[in-house]
Amino acid sequence: MSKLAIKMTVNGTEIEAEAEPRMLLIHFLREDLNLTGPHIGCDTSHCGACTVDLNGKSVKSCTIFVGQADGADITTIEGMANADGSLHVLQDMFREHHGLQCGFCTPGMITRAHRLLQENPDPSDDEIRHGISGNLCRCTGYQNIVKAIRAAADQINAAKEAAE
Amino acid sequence: MDTAGAEIGNELSMDTKVVDTKWIGKRTVRPDGADKVTGRATFGADFTLPGMLWGKVLRSPHPHAVIKSINLDKALALPGVRSVMSGADLTDFPLDTPVMVGPADMRFVSRNVMARDKVLYAGHAVAAVAATSSSIAQSALALIEVDYDILPHVIDVEAAMRPDAPVLHDYMRTGGVTPKPEVASNIANRLEFKIGDPEAGFAAADVIVERTFRTEPVHQGYIEPHACLISVAMDGQATIWSSSQGHFMVRNATAKMTGMAVGDVRAIPAEIGGGFGGKTIVYLEPLAMVLARKSGSPVKMVMSREEVFRATGPTSGSVNTVRIGATKDGKITAGEATFRFQAGAFPGAPARPAAMCAFAPYDIENVLSVGIDVVMNRPKSNAYRAPGSPIAAHAVECVVDELADKLGLDPVEFRMRNAAKEGSKAAYGPTFRRIGFVETLEAAKSHPHYSAPLGANQGRGVACGFWFNVGGESSAQLNINEDGTVTVVTGHPDIGGSRASMVNIAAEMLGIDYKSVRAQIGDTSTIGISATTGGSRVTFAAGMAVSQVTEKVIETLRDRAAKIWDIDVDAVIWEEGEARPAGTNAGEFEPLSLAELAAKANATGGPINGQVSINAQGAAPAFATHICDVEVDRDTGRVEIVRYTAIQDAGRAIHPSYVEGQIQGGVAQGVGWALNEEYIYDDAGQLENPGFLDYRMPVASDLPMIDTVVVEVANDAHPHGVRGVGEVPIVPPMAAVANAIEDAVGLRLTDLPMSPPKVLAALEKKG
Ligand code: FES
Ligand code: FES
Repeated sequence: MSKLAIKMTVNGTEIEAEAEPRMLLIHFLREDLNLTGPHIGCDTSHCGACTVDLNGKSVKSCTIFVGQADGADITTIEGMANADGSLHVLQDMFREHHGLQCGFCTPGMITRAHRLLQENPDPSDDEIRHGISGNLCRCTGYQNIVKAIRAAADQINAAKEAAE
Repeated sequence: MDTAGAEIGNELSMDTKVVDTKWIGKRTVRPDGADKVTGRATFGADFTLPGMLWGKVLRSPHPHAVIKSINLDKALALPGVRSVMSGADLTDFPLDTPVMVGPADMRFVSRNVMARDKVLYAGHAVAAVAATSSSIAQSALALIEVDYDILPHVIDVEAAMRPDAPVLHDYMRTGGVTPKPEVASNIANRLEFKIGDPEAGFAAADVIVERTFRTEPVHQGYIEPHACLISVAMDGQATIWSSSQGHFMVRNATAKMTGMAVGDVRAIPAEIGGGFGGKTIVYLEPLAMVLARKSGSPVKMVMSREEVFRATGPTSGSVNTVRIGATKDGKITAGEATFRFQAGAFPGAPARPAAMCAFAPYDIENVLSVGIDVVMNRPKSNAYRAPGSPIAAHAVECVVDELADKLGLDPVEFRMRNAAKEGSKAAYGPTFRRIGFVETLEAAKSHPHYSAPLGANQGRGVACGFWFNVGGESSAQLNINEDGTVTVVTGHPDIGGSRASMVNIAAEMLGIDYKSVRAQIGDTSTIGISATTGGSRVTFAAGMAVSQVTEKVIETLRDRAAKIWDIDVDAVIWEEGEARPAGTNAGEFEPLSLAELAAKANATGGPINGQVSINAQGAAPAFATHICDVEVDRDTGRVEIVRYTAIQDAGRAIHPSYVEGQIQGGVAQGVGWALNEEYIYDDAGQLENPGFLDYRMPVASDLPMIDTVVVEVANDAHPHGVRGVGEVPIVPPMAAVANAIEDAVGLRLTDLPMSPPKVLAALEKKG
């Protein structure tokens, strides 16, 4: 199979690579770029463990071919931390509010929650629940995940207010 | 930010006096948190090695067939394919003698891992290949030629029990019946637990309710599919990296099935992405081991979600009959139950624990509880959170509810009148020590949820649950590092935050900041034998080992201080993280902190550490009472959970957040089991819904907040009062939801799941 030349920005770094055109984006991220933070829970677009941010949208990276992501700007969980290396407030709040048990869903949850808070900076608990309903967690019953996202939203909003 | 010492948010009601503690019972931040929120944590599928091959499994398309021949030549000839295997490459365990590794019988596990002679379910592994890429491995599967002789199959448990059913195993004679049967049957085992005289008990009853219930198999649903990587060195020694609930089990079972010495295999636990019982046995490791040994290269294998559904353990589906009698004044006089469980292709359904747990919450003089373990052409069932107990409780707690209704008694009050207490004799044998069941009922009765008003089409249900909790083999090591930080190592995969609990215990006893304690999981060559994470045993058993090893190290620390001060060790006490002279008689010395003693370790006798291995005894049962409110949509049959409160006796909550997390997670799974989840088979014996689209697990918007109340009735056989937490939360939900639906719309639904079409049909029938 002839390989495809791919250019994309991943976690702020420009990538040039060759890949099999029918390779799924998730496999490219995990196997070619060694970004094993995004996980594979189903490879049929139902669990959300593979969620990444692609051109400002939450995308399940098992649903698209790497070729379709040519030229894209992608953020994975590995690119979520702040510029100074400290944890992003969502990461911090998931840890702090015990928003995980096994942690397998966590990278997808946090990446999704990050986009959710861009779309809706002050969501109600109900809106959070609907906003993450494409991401399965089998361990937590979602309670502490909702709490963590809520706490992160509050912190982000408070920081914004303080800055204004 | 650190809220570890902050007020406990949810209710914790204490029965026994709990000594003021600094870290035990506090919401410390877990030691593996940062890795898990940054994507650094390595799960089973995240490992790679140079020259690594990808292994893939060919699975049977037929539910029941004889394998006449397998030809692997064409697959092996495909460029890039490096090794191939079939069931003949695994140890052939004779069928007439059990070969046990822990609770698992290798005769069956090995034939489940890969079929020999016969395939017994659609999805049963038949052959495997290892190739330089996963796409080459995939293509090679298509080149494997298998010649099958197709046999009639059986899927349903009652059909499988009939004498004319297709027999899966011609060597199988029903166990537990006398005389030993002469003909083969799909009924693997029948067992019963009996006390008193059930017939006399029913004769004394004023009201008797009897019903038959059906449940479907449900999958544990861990989001991480099974995955492993195995490398075999030139001298034959092998290393396994895999995600499991017990790496000692992985090592032992894999060695046994591949004819290796246990000492030649080292199993390194990956982070585990959920298990719930489903990762207490191996599927891929023996195959990867054979493929790696044959090819001389490391082999990685990862299941797809479809494979997880088709070939790994769901818990049993079942058909269960329960009959309970009570007097007018609300005393249960007799209980009788028969649990017919689908084991899948090999024996081992949790019919025994179901029969044992069924009546355990109640003090009943006359009980007959029967479990029947039946094989059929489905994947081999595997443990799922409190195996057997949720299925038993679904039936029993619905009947108890109906009885309360018939007697005109409040359902909590009726349970209270019959609740097991200290001194009650359970039908399955033991007489209970101090237990906290009544305390959970009292907490339910006084909880504001129990008296809150309900809206139209809403109803409230109550149900209770029991789980044994277990102890067993656990090892712990505690090392004092040179700078005064502490490393605790245990041997159980941390499935839900147990490392945080180990930190709390060690920090508490050492009297130091929890942040200077790190917890790790040792691999099979670095920590003493430790049994599988399961049975709600880790915080209990590993907690006991950590407690003992910490005690031992504190003794050493006192001894080192005594040396420095040149006084007797008995004149040294350990308090608030430092060695102090026991009193003025001991002499006047400045206290020595842990860090100071660590720095002087070499001068006082060398490194300070300890190691303890125990077979933990004294596990004490857990009880739970749940309150559930539902709203039934009469037009669609959809049931919405509008409020849920789960009350549980934890003994002692070492880390309340993870106790609550276990409860909430168990309830969520129970709600899925109650309302949506099920394996659906067609007439051809094929699973119709092997994916998350049609096997629908609860998402965030399906659930309300789940309130938790942790009751603490300490287990006095444990140094910190621990009982065990993880399993009992999944026991009550199915009955709690069913009882709530009954309360809402007057429908007594007996079959799970109570999905919209079923509810709607029942509503229409009722008119
Ligand atoms: S792996 Fe992509 S949604 Fe499940
Ligand atoms: S924490 Fe285990 S799946 Fe979410």
